[in-house]
Amino acid sequence: MVVVVLGAPGTILRSVMRSKMTALLQQPGYEEERLQRVAEKLPCRDVQAGLLLSLMGQPQQYSFPSIFIYGHRASGKSHVLQVLLKELELPHATVSCVECVSVVLLFEQVLLSFFGCDAASLLPRSPSLSDFVRVYRQQCSQSPAKQTRYIVMEKAELLRDTDANLLPALLRLQELVEDNVTVILLSEIVWDKFRPNTGCFEPLLLHFPDYSKGELQQILSQDRHPSYSAEFYSSYINILLGVFYSVCRDLRELRHLAALNFSKFCEPLAEGKVKDTDTHKLWRNIEPHLKKAMQTVYLREVSSLQWEQMQQMEEKETGTVRGLSAHTHVELPYYSKFLLIAAYLASYNPARTDKRFFVKHHGKIKKTNFLKKNEKTSNHLLGPKPFPLDRLLAIFYSVVDSRVAPTASIFSQISSLVTLQLLTKVSQGDLLDAPKFKCAVSLDFICAISRTVNFEILKYLYDFL
Amino acid sequence: MSTSSVSKGCFVFKPSAKKKKTPSLKDYFIHGCEGAEDSETRFQLCQNLWDKIKADTEALQDELNRKILDSLLDFTRKCSTTRQHSDWAAQMRASEIPTAALVLGVNVPDHDMTFQSLSDLLQQSVSPHVASVQAKECGALKHLMKRVLERLMDTEVTLDDEEEEVTEQTSTQLHNSVHCSLETLCDWYIAKTKKSFSGTPGKKRSSPGRDDPQQPPVVIIFKDLEAFNPRVLQDFILICSRYIQRLPLMFIFGIATSPSTIQHMLPHSVSSLLCIELFQSLSCTQHLATVIDKLILTPDFPFKLSDKVMQVLISIFLYHDFSVRNFIKGIQLALVEHFHSQPLSVLCCKKKEALLNVMQLSHTDLERIRQLPSFKRYVEKQELQEQTNLTTDDTHLKEVCRKLIKDLHKYHKNYYPILRCLHTMTSALPRYPLGKQIRELHLICLEKTVWENEDYQSAMKLLKMLAKDELITLLQRCAEILQPVKSKKMKKARVHLEELLAKFRQLDTVAAETQSCVEDSLISPVKNLGKKTDLFQLQKTLLEMNETRRSKKLNPFELLRNEVVEFIDSLVKSHLSPPETQTLNEVCYYSSSTAVRRHLNATPRTSIQAALSSPYYYLQNNSLKSEEGSVSNAAPDICIAYKLHLECGRLINLYDWLEAYATVVSAAEGNHPDSDNFGKVDEVKHARFIRAVSELEFLGFIKSTKKKTDHVARLTWGGC
Repeated sequence: MVVVVLGAPGTILRSVMRSKMTALLQQPGYEEERLQRVAEKLPCRDVQAGLLLSLMGQPQQYSFPSIFIYGHRASGKSHVLQVLLKELELPHATVSCVECVSVVLLFEQVLLSFFGCDAASLLPRSPSLSDFVRVYRQQCSQSPAKQTRYIVMEKAELLRDTDANLLPALLRLQELVEDNVTVILLSEIVWDKFRPNTGCFEPLLLHFPDYSKGELQQILSQDRHPSYSAEFYSSYINILLGVFYSVCRDLRELRHLAALNFSKFCEPLAEGKVKDTDTHKLWRNIEPHLKKAMQTVYLREVSSLQWEQMQQMEEKETGTVRGLSAHTHVELPYYSKFLLIAAYLASYNPARTDKRFFVKHHGKIKKTNFLKKNEKTSNHLLGPKPFPLDRLLAIFYSVVDSRVAPTASIFSQISSLVTLQLLTKVSQGDLLDAPKFKCAVSLDFICAISRTVNFEILKYLYDFL
Repeated sequence: MSTSSVSKGCFVFKPSAKKKKTPSLKDYFIHGCEGAEDSETRFQLCQNLWDKIKADTEALQDELNRKILDSLLDFTRKCSTTRQHSDWAAQMRASEIPTAALVLGVNVPDHDMTFQSLSDLLQQSVSPHVASVQAKECGALKHLMKRVLERLMDTEVTLDDEEEEVTEQTSTQLHNSVHCSLETLCDWYIAKTKKSFSGTPGKKRSSPGRDDPQQPPVVIIFKDLEAFNPRVLQDFILICSRYIQRLPLMFIFGIATSPSTIQHMLPHSVSSLLCIELFQSLSCTQHLATVIDKLILTPDFPFKLSDKVMQVLISIFLYHDFSVRNFIKGIQLALVEHFHSQPLSVLCCKKKEALLNVMQLSHTDLERIRQLPSFKRYVEKQELQEQTNLTTDDTHLKEVCRKLIKDLHKYHKNYYPILRCLHTMTSALPRYPLGKQIRELHLICLEKTVWENEDYQSAMKLLKMLAKDELITLLQRCAEILQPVKSKKMKKARVHLEELLAKFRQLDTVAAETQSCVEDSLISPVKNLGKKTDLFQLQKTLLEMNETRRSKKLNPFELLRNEVVEFIDSLVKSHLSPPETQTLNEVCYYSSSTAVRRHLNATPRTSIQAALSSPYYYLQNNSLKSEEGSVSNAAPDICIAYKLHLECGRLINLYDWLEAYATVVSAAEGNHPDSDNFGKVDEVKHARFIRAVSELEFLGFIKSTKKKTDHVARLTWGGC
């Protein structure tokens, strides 16, 4: 390819770069112009796009029956495919598996986008896979594929939870329907976790690696603010990545954070304090702000809306907004507190120690016998153990300081603690027949609760003796 | 019923249209009512009172919720407007679903009302598209989808893979049933908004406050977030976020525990799709305090609760459920019970009505009045002539009753303002001798004479130590409380209070002059101190100083303060006497705490055990009477089986049990112990035993076990 360009040196460079990129995306059967557009829209993913294109071959050629693409969140899987299929105007159906609460939705969407709504209505109520194949073949004989048809399945890992025959069938759908169709599965996890134990057709595996720091910088710099120069925005992105790259490589999140904090970055510029080339001063201004953002808005401790409001407020007022996890206090009725305490004790103390803790005159229990070395300190590391209802109530009656009648509301409090997810029911079996529970609260939480009722829980915990 | 069929068989007859008339509320009330003659009036009174209480509490609820609902509405409006911005930042930002986390407290049943008014308000002022879902109806993702779609679109939504037989019936409606996906909702929404945008503007719901009539948000309320399956919720949010560009969705999470539960339920990948803002509602104890304030501490409602009933209701609230709704239900129960069981409750109404009703009292009613303990006490205090008059002359009694009713109303009119005054004075004292909350003080006053209480005396002592500015603010607040009360005594009290306040103000001007001389007297011995160095002299002077301080003449402020405290004390003594001392208090006060407790805080296990161990308690059959701890052998089979099982250990041998049972039953049949078939197990006894055992199993006392053949395991302990 010979490029002759007259003009500024920058344009030469750019056009050389472009020609280099399109060189990768060369595939007979597609218009040159379109391929170029594709390449422009897919920065830093040209290798993958090129590979995909060569796998797809020319539009009318048969392609490989199924391709499995995996890579982390926001590594451009869906984006690359969407751009390729849309720009090159290939017939395709994109289905998100999370949306397909039943297989019928999946079938319908595929038929709808290939053959129109008439085909979709041919499906019987609650169709099976063979119904789908039958309708597909019937339609396909009327309008055979001139180009390869693509079915893109996003979040394909959810296919594992559907009928056992769905995934193997999709992998060799080309054979089943005898049509030029390719199924592309997109997932965040590797193929090894998919393989059914009955065996199946092996798809072609394609990995999308994470974007490197440089690539992230390049991509993020593209969507600059219209009223600022590209260099200025690029330096902003550089600072942003310096703070966030170590914790977050999710492009989507980074773009979101960039948008949220950009106005703060521009503030000294608007006030006329700093010139837009003075990156050091700008960095000094924005860095603590970004650090704060990492602890709050990135973790969704405060919402993006609140974050924007906080930026507008004065520095001293911002202290009033507390994050979500700062609110851990739960108000409970008096007996519910004791029930929860009893549940915690039952979950973290070995059952044989109950006598020592809760019987007034427990007689002599040898200390060496009582304190077994390996058992001690391990209970809190092992997590809560299940306990039967009887034990919970027995401990409850001994820790609560007054006589409590076994009223219906005591029992209903136990079940409301379960619905509040402070207790969890372990055995799904018969409720009449000795239900078992686990206590699902943390030590800090239970300490706070027992402080409100003047109960020293640490004295009753085996691990802290 | 006859059929035209010639063949034999079972025929199903649908019940005919004209059903038996179900008895109305009124009939239920009148049936078995104490003192039936004026039961209708009492029913009417009860009904009116309850309607008023209900309306008042609902208004109160709305009032309390208003603040939080307003901020929530603001949030929804703000969200729906920011969505339309098309500046750079809005384009770059990931489009999050605006989410309001509404923390409502652990009393989940109470939330229904809040959510109801919330969704009503939202529909009125923000968006017509509001759907609320509960966890129990959304076990799986498709159910959640179905509910959301149904509630938003008001149509049948089919789920395809279930309810085959149902669909056959509804096949006629198939044309308006739709697939259960958000795509459908999206299309529907676009069609809907287009229609309302281009369509008849006159038909459109007119709401000036709405910012953007074309794009009202679609609000989905999750009533009980904790109970939702996290998996379902995550998937639903993931799906919704795919459509957020086309469909302006918005979530409201009802949270019972704490907001951090969101982070427990949703991973970062999902919670990053939400823009969560927190809204904290009023705590339920504050809510209860306002309800008590508006409903109980007011002379407006003639119906009153005695101390014990109050105690029961409040302890159920604090110890068991934190539910204001249940508290009000408790009041309702007491109200109905009172009007149902107390014939004289006909006088429990507004003063004018009550005075009229007194004149309508029948002779039996008047006899009932004469039997009232409080009236008897009243009679004893009268002179002999008056006593005979009261017991014999009905018309005279009616006159006296009118006076007594008036007195009772006056008592209530004065009681509550003074109670509030006393509460304002004492609620800020260190260690709260008379309680932090006004309800505690109210309970003390109801129970017995408050001024004989030790805590009251210590409170008065503490009052005598208050600083001036504190005292003045407290007095001012008291005066404010007394301000709106229309009663001669209260007006007088207020005037007196104002006078005292004025005196305090005068003190300020006088104080400047007197201060110097007071200081002189104090300083003089100290001055002497400096001169003498003798130890003995020093001791002497110190003692002297101590003496002078103790016997020192009170300064004008202290005098005035004592006067104030005495004034408060006199008010308390004249107005806060317990209601039992009032004649005819039984008319207004409901005092059967056991009935309330039995109904509201039931003990099913105790009742079952009572029934099984002493069947006489429920059956009231004389042949079942037996001494403590034993069961008559004529008792029902299950009681005998229960009694025998109490004597066993963890595992019960069924055969031994059967033998023992047969022996007891034979004795009951009158067989002689020496006869041949005494204690023999025949078929009937065997069957009866089996039935008793399976009934016990059903009640949860025993269960079958695999540990040992022919044995059952006991599930309860004690009792023997």
